Amino acid sequence: MEKELKVAALKNGTVIDHIPTEKVFKIVSILRLKVYGQLLTIGNNLDSKRMGRKGIIKISNRILSDEETSKIALVAPNASINIIRDYKVVEKRALLLGDEIHDVMHCANPMCITNHQPIPTKFVVINEDGIVRLKCKYCTKEVLQDEINLKKK
Amino acid sequence: MNNSLVSITDYNKEDILSILDAARGFEKKPDRDTLKGKVVATLFYEPSTRTRLSFETAVVRLGGSVIGFSDSGTSSSTKGETLNDTIRMVSCYADAIVIRHPLDGAARYAAEISPIPVVNAGDGSNQHPSQTLLDLYSIRKTQGTLENLKICIVGDLKYGRTVHSLIEAMSYFKPEFKFVSPDELKIPEEYKIFCRKHNIPFTETAELNGSFNDADILYMTRVQKERFQDLMEYERVKNVYTLHNAMIKNTKPNLRILHPLPRVNEISMDVDKNKKAYYFQQAQNGLYVRQAILSKVLKTGDV
Ligand SMILES: [Zn+2]
Repeated sequence: MEKELKVAALKNGTVIDHIPTEKVFKIVSILRLKVYGQLLTIGNNLDSKRMGRKGIIKISNRILSDEETSKIALVAPNASINIIRDYKVVEKRALLLGDEIHDVMHCANPMCITNHQPIPTKFVVINEDGIVRLKCKYCTKEVLQDEINLKKK
Repeated sequence: MNNSLVSITDYNKEDILSILDAARGFEKKPDRDTLKGKVVATLFYEPSTRTRLSFETAVVRLGGSVIGFSDSGTSSSTKGETLNDTIRMVSCYADAIVIRHPLDGAARYAAEISPIPVVNAGDGSNQHPSQTLLDLYSIRKTQGTLENLKICIVGDLKYGRTVHSLIEAMSYFKPEFKFVSPDELKIPEEYKIFCRKHNIPFTETAELNGSFNDADILYMTRVQKERFQDLMEYERVKNVYTLHNAMIKNTKPNLRILHPLPRVNEISMDVDKNKKAYYFQQAQNGLYVRQAILSKVLKTGDV
């Protein structure tokens, strides 16, 4: 039933699945879907074997950019992103953050130079034992998962 | 990448030892002309007379000259100008930049955009590598070695940048640490993880008295009032973490007491005359270490 819903409804576009329920509207705002003029399905509190409850977002005729993908990876690292073409999954996009993320989020340290001058932020991604930590390249402070504050562009 | 020194972690064990060896040479013969014709800019966006004079003396005693400013609050030349623009402007005139800035990360950013080497003389609460190198120089000079030492670190272990850098720099030399601090200012988890990863044994305690009887180095730091949420707690703690001469009685003969200075009331004046007190000589060693740092970044061939 779930699979049918996911694949059948979308001809071309992006499906973001396995979103924690409390992150669905965060992603809606990151992708500015409020003003998206094409077919869009947002589901939340769906039953999920893996997560208990989950959210799903289907966007027709839009392929996410790398920057959008890394923003989603920051707020929902266990979500899955599938790119659909002609009703088929043509790309399962891994939510890998890479070694460094550039200018996607603010530094949580109020005394960091990047919060006072027009300087693009840079964070080193440290992945140890499955736990992802983000360390500011400038002030060297680590930003915790719940301190992540994405840049609005 | 230019030859900058922003964090002590920019240097490996070999780099550190070569700085310390060169500094020993500068202590024997501080007056040279190896920086003749070179201009070093000292950009102090917050006042730190001690550090600025030490760097400027280091330049002058090597035959170089100094330009720059201290405390941008009174300097119209940098008012409103971005750090980016100031660094680009200054790098047209100077051969190296020494920067002190109240914001964390300012020195790393300056080094990234600067075509000439940048030496970090303190960026906010972040890094101060020349302090760490002079700490190491003082430890080696008083103990004859950096290897296998028991180091007791006291005070603000949570925010104290000199403490964090000292732990990182000493990790090459098989140390053993004792961390002594009030509960509010305990060593952060990431430095405990760092120690475990490098097989460095450590213990933590809130009790100062007696905690350093088996130590080779007693490293005292400031306990600053503004770090406390609860001022009652500060009033209680400030006297508990004051070192008195009587507390040094049962320590090892080779123990030396270090402090990055300026002190507030962590070390009572009656300790100053004890031969184990080393903090004033430690500050003086800063000159030779900074001569070595400048010689390395400007590639004079001495380091
Ligand atoms: Zn930062």
